[in-house]
Amino acid sequence: MVRDARKMTRAAKPDESPAKPSRPEQQRFPPMISQSNELPLEAPLLLQLHDLMVKARCLEERLIAMYKSGHGYFWIGGPGEEAFNVALGLLIKKGQGPAFDYLHFHYRQSATLLAMGEDPMGAIRQMKNVAADPYSGGRNFAGHFAKKEWNLVPVSSPIEVQYAMAPGTALVQKRHGGDGITIVTGGDAGTAEGDFATCLTWSSRPGQELPVLIIVTNNRWGISTPAGQVQAVEKVSDRGVAFGIKSKTIDGNDPIGAWLELKEAFEYVRTERKPYLVEANVSRLFGHSSASGANYVTNEADCITRFEERLEQHGVLTRAQANALREKYATEFADLARIAKEEAFPDGQTIWDHVFHGEPGRDPFPR
Amino acid sequence: MANIAQAVRLALHYAEEHLGVTDIFGEDVGPPLGGVFTCTQGLKTTWNSPLDERGIIGMAMGIAMAGGRPVAEIQFCDYVYNTIDLLKLAGNTYWSSNGQWNLPMVVMTPVGSGIRGSIYHSHSFDATATHIPGWKIVMPSTPLDTYGLLLAACRETNPVMFLIPKALMRVKGDELIPGEPVEDKALSKLIDAPLGDRSKWVPQWPTLDEVIIPIGKAKTVRTGSQVTVVSYGRTLPMCAKAAEALAAEGVDAEVIDLRSLWPYDWDALKASIEKTGRVVFVNEDTEVTNFGEHLMRRTTDELFYKLLAPPKLVAGKFVPGIGLADPLEAASVPQQHDIEAAIRSTAAMAP
Repeated sequence: MVRDARKMTRAAKPDESPAKPSRPEQQRFPPMISQSNELPLEAPLLLQLHDLMVKARCLEERLIAMYKSGHGYFWIGGPGEEAFNVALGLLIKKGQGPAFDYLHFHYRQSATLLAMGEDPMGAIRQMKNVAADPYSGGRNFAGHFAKKEWNLVPVSSPIEVQYAMAPGTALVQKRHGGDGITIVTGGDAGTAEGDFATCLTWSSRPGQELPVLIIVTNNRWGISTPAGQVQAVEKVSDRGVAFGIKSKTIDGNDPIGAWLELKEAFEYVRTERKPYLVEANVSRLFGHSSASGANYVTNEADCITRFEERLEQHGVLTRAQANALREKYATEFADLARIAKEEAFPDGQTIWDHVFHGEPGRDPFPR
Repeated sequence: MANIAQAVRLALHYAEEHLGVTDIFGEDVGPPLGGVFTCTQGLKTTWNSPLDERGIIGMAMGIAMAGGRPVAEIQFCDYVYNTIDLLKLAGNTYWSSNGQWNLPMVVMTPVGSGIRGSIYHSHSFDATATHIPGWKIVMPSTPLDTYGLLLAACRETNPVMFLIPKALMRVKGDELIPGEPVEDKALSKLIDAPLGDRSKWVPQWPTLDEVIIPIGKAKTVRTGSQVTVVSYGRTLPMCAKAAEALAAEGVDAEVIDLRSLWPYDWDALKASIEKTGRVVFVNEDTEVTNFGEHLMRRTTDELFYKLLAPPKLVAGKFVPGIGLADPLEAASVPQQHDIEAAIRSTAAMAP
């Protein structure tokens, strides 16, 4: 079925995130989509950004469909953040070891992985928690990626712990030399955790600054709690300023702006070997997770819809092409899901595997 | 003869020279202090961290992820509690990534009572640490064991929690660390930082030999036939003394220093308990969901019909803290007479 992004305006179910309160947040943030008349990037890159954004959206929609049809216990992901996350993925120096970028991600990063060239089958297998799940072998939730050959450390459910670990990989990279950096991502709600302050403190020690690109995707929600209820900071990026960290708030719903801003941030961290804080204002289009229904919301900007409008206006993309792209990915991922549904779950006895490195898995007790 | 603080230092010196340790860090770990217990004076890879225990554990995890070999210190185990979820994460990273990301990292922290440390410098951590799968957990009671276990920890490819009984920190051993000078006090002149200005001080490290005490191996410190006493850390020498004292009464106790809490040497415990038919487990952590309770469970599960007496646990009282005043501390954690009484009564039991 052709999925027209402009028609994706299904009404949120009553159990979806509550309507935004009439607080001043709508005024506090800049417009969510930049509407410049210029398209400062070349057409091939624009089309690559668009392709990957659609691909990521279709993947998340497939994961949600799997959850809703009983082929997974829980869904969490990043629909709404594709513009920013695709740009991020295209700028990452992919590889293993300190010469390459270390990635401390949270659970909304599927678009980044796809932009890095990841096989979408992995996310589908993790959703289905089959043994062939390449990230956790059926042990962890959807979106909890781990891939050592790309320096992608295991995504975990505790909010913000990744910010405490990021300075460690960055320290090794600074000593190693080269231009490999550490990238850490998380949400705005989690910045209330002390680990965010840990990251700011440890990355900015005087004379020992670390090459960390500190990213906060600000969707203005913490599950059901609006940011304005619980945090007084005007901009999360203001917190970096207090630590002498170069900091910026950007429109994360605009892939062109995100690309340009991230490119500048990457270059700074790679060459200066110092931290940089990027706060990207983004949308949360399917709620926090399956726990809140995972239904499309109509009151937040959709970065794909807006991007397609711009591309159409500038003659870079036609509606028919956009529709065909959605059709292609929707079909592809439906086919992959059908394969995953037939795959085996991990054997129960594998719980003893990988408790300790270098040792065979075994039950230490007689039963 | 080295004490435990010096043994830690010697081991870390050996480890940064020969075992690839890249970072020894924590609060006040680097110069000029070299650790509040002097355990890290004069080492070349030490540095002072911000006062942030979660940052310390997170940093160690990150260093390990990127190929470094960190030894992180939490100044007192009482302050490790706000890092529990990071410890859990370090313990499950290899497992949750289905065998991709192992973390070769050591966290060392002084534990237990004995220095009149009141509520936040006296607690134990072995009961909590042994609730966190994915970690190896050791706790020496002699300088040589400290040296050998710390070298083993620094060679590990998994997270190791190295618990140091602070009450024994200044107690000298009766076994030489291979390479340390025989002459008493000579070691101190070589490796102890002077008081006052240390900016120009350079330690004179003796040439040390490698001693690896395998993690998971207990040590029988006294053989006996009537009752097995299993302990570790501060209470271990008390158990040995108690056994010696009780020998005059005709009680023949076997004393085992567990040394490693996970994995632990069940073969050694089992063989001893099968021989004596009686066992007393002694440690000073609080007695509810205490590690000794696990050992009692396993003893009854597997050795019930070999027992001549109920297994006994001597542990810290289940109270919220260890009070500063002498009588409060003495009433809170096992003392010599408590251990003697438990061994005596258990040894006297018969079906």
